[in-house]
Amino acid sequence: MRSLQARYARDRLILLVVVIGTILAALPLALVLGYALVNGFSSLNWDFFTKGPKPPGELGGGMAPAIVGTLVITGTGLLIAMPFGIGAGILLAEYPDNRLNPTLRPLSDTLNGMPAILKGLLAYVLVVKTQGSFSGLSGALAMAFIMVPIIAKTTESVLKLVPWHIREAGLALGLPRWRVILSLVLPAARGGVVTGLLLATARAAGEAAPLIFTAFGNTLLTLDLRQPMDALPLRLYAYAISPYEDWHRQAWAAAVVLLGLIVMTSLLARWFTRGRL
Amino acid sequence: MSEFEASANPQTGHTEILTLDPSLKTRLEARRVTVMYGQKAGVKDVDMPIYTHKVTALIGPSGCGKTTFLRALNRMHDLTPSARVTGEVLLDGVNVYAPGVDPVEVRRKIGMVFQKPNPFPTLSIYGNVVAGLRLVGIRKKSLLDEAVERALTQAALWDEVKDRLHAPSMSLSGGQQQRLCIARALAVEPEVLLMDEPTSALDPISTQSIEDLLTELKNHVTIVIVTHNMQQAGRVSDFTGFFLNGDLVEFGPTNLLFTTPKDKRTEAYITGRFG
Repeated sequence: MRSLQARYARDRLILLVVVIGTILAALPLALVLGYALVNGFSSLNWDFFTKGPKPPGELGGGMAPAIVGTLVITGTGLLIAMPFGIGAGILLAEYPDNRLNPTLRPLSDTLNGMPAILKGLLAYVLVVKTQGSFSGLSGALAMAFIMVPIIAKTTESVLKLVPWHIREAGLALGLPRWRVILSLVLPAARGGVVTGLLLATARAAGEAAPLIFTAFGNTLLTLDLRQPMDALPLRLYAYAISPYEDWHRQAWAAAVVLLGLIVMTSLLARWFTRGRL
Repeated sequence: MSEFEASANPQTGHTEILTLDPSLKTRLEARRVTVMYGQKAGVKDVDMPIYTHKVTALIGPSGCGKTTFLRALNRMHDLTPSARVTGEVLLDGVNVYAPGVDPVEVRRKIGMVFQKPNPFPTLSIYGNVVAGLRLVGIRKKSLLDEAVERALTQAALWDEVKDRLHAPSMSLSGGQQQRLCIARALAVEPEVLLMDEPTSALDPISTQSIEDLLTELKNHVTIVIVTHNMQQAGRVSDFTGFFLNGDLVEFGPTNLLFTTPKDKRTEAYITGRFG
């Protein structure tokens, strides 16, 4: 048998390898975050949140239309995605023998892995082509395509964590199955389901690609979903590839605001799950 | 000695009850009930009467099929895709497995209490008791209040919780939770109450309180109780069925089955030679 010291040494060596690996993986992320914060914070000011973009070459202006647009587009997208995502999650978790499931599960997984730009294309064909114009609604639909499989997956897994005996207790009272699911099982998994909704929102809010030919972008503030609408990732992209120094600074500021929104959503999600499923 | 007499039919091996008490009525009757899990039989060809306003105990060693049989009575096996039930279960003469019979209706008439207390964790004490009523559309507060007091009183829990009806159900002790589950089952006024080892997760004092309850409860509802505790069967039941390897070996009035068992295997079990 090997000596105790040798085994301790081996243990420390493996721990060291794991720690180095973790640092290497996290380093680029930390650098990007740090760089964005350093560059972005200095460019954040009141105008950034209250004003619209200025014409090229003019200094100043802000991203109010993009901030509002991102909130409206992701919010609407969430409203569209919620019933489908939760419904699919319920079907997968509660009716494992349903005939739809062998199709639904791979479909949901594929949709989850499908490039976001293709989802934009789908929304383009469905809404922009038929309505004849770019619109916030088409952007929201593209966002919903991103959210549905994420919501379905998280809903399915948290429903499966709800103890079986809760369903039996409900059924033994003479309640129909759908009643048991909606009134007893879903509330027991509430924290996890809400977390799934928030994570899906955070994920979708950062996407630019699906909005390029749907929401399209707009320098004017609008709440009308039939109009083209601005969004932070879109404005960030447009400003980052522009030749203007001032726009570059604003792009960094947009990155900080976007990160802030996503971090807040994720924190909210964690808060909802504390001590629960 | 007893108002009942039991004897085994030599042809079928099934036990028949010769009643000397004409007031005895059959609420539930199992006829050749077989439960298959895949190719394996959990329960084979069981015939058994369940008498109105009596407590019937199902005893036998672990894995003998007593719980499997119990769950066949209110169609709980419907939820297990691999389980298949054949035979008939007559509730007041109507086969609950007949085509067109809604299992949801069956379970409203045949309630169930489980081995581990399982109150709905998201609901209050009050919410648990009225769950069965509220979720089928009874909303009138006076009706619900009445049902809560009645059910909790029947379950001998009212005095302990009447001042905190809206407290979370999980704030109760294990024994109280189990009585809450009994109250929840009673609130929908079932005709039969199935109890699957309702005291096996409880301490002796809680067990005692639930046993005391059964004697009172049988005036309102017909009870079938699965227990692995023979003393319990002896204390609470009027009739007892002894299961072994999926067969109903013997069925009869509890006092007869425990004092003069007809079958050697029953005798071996109740005298503690196996089990």
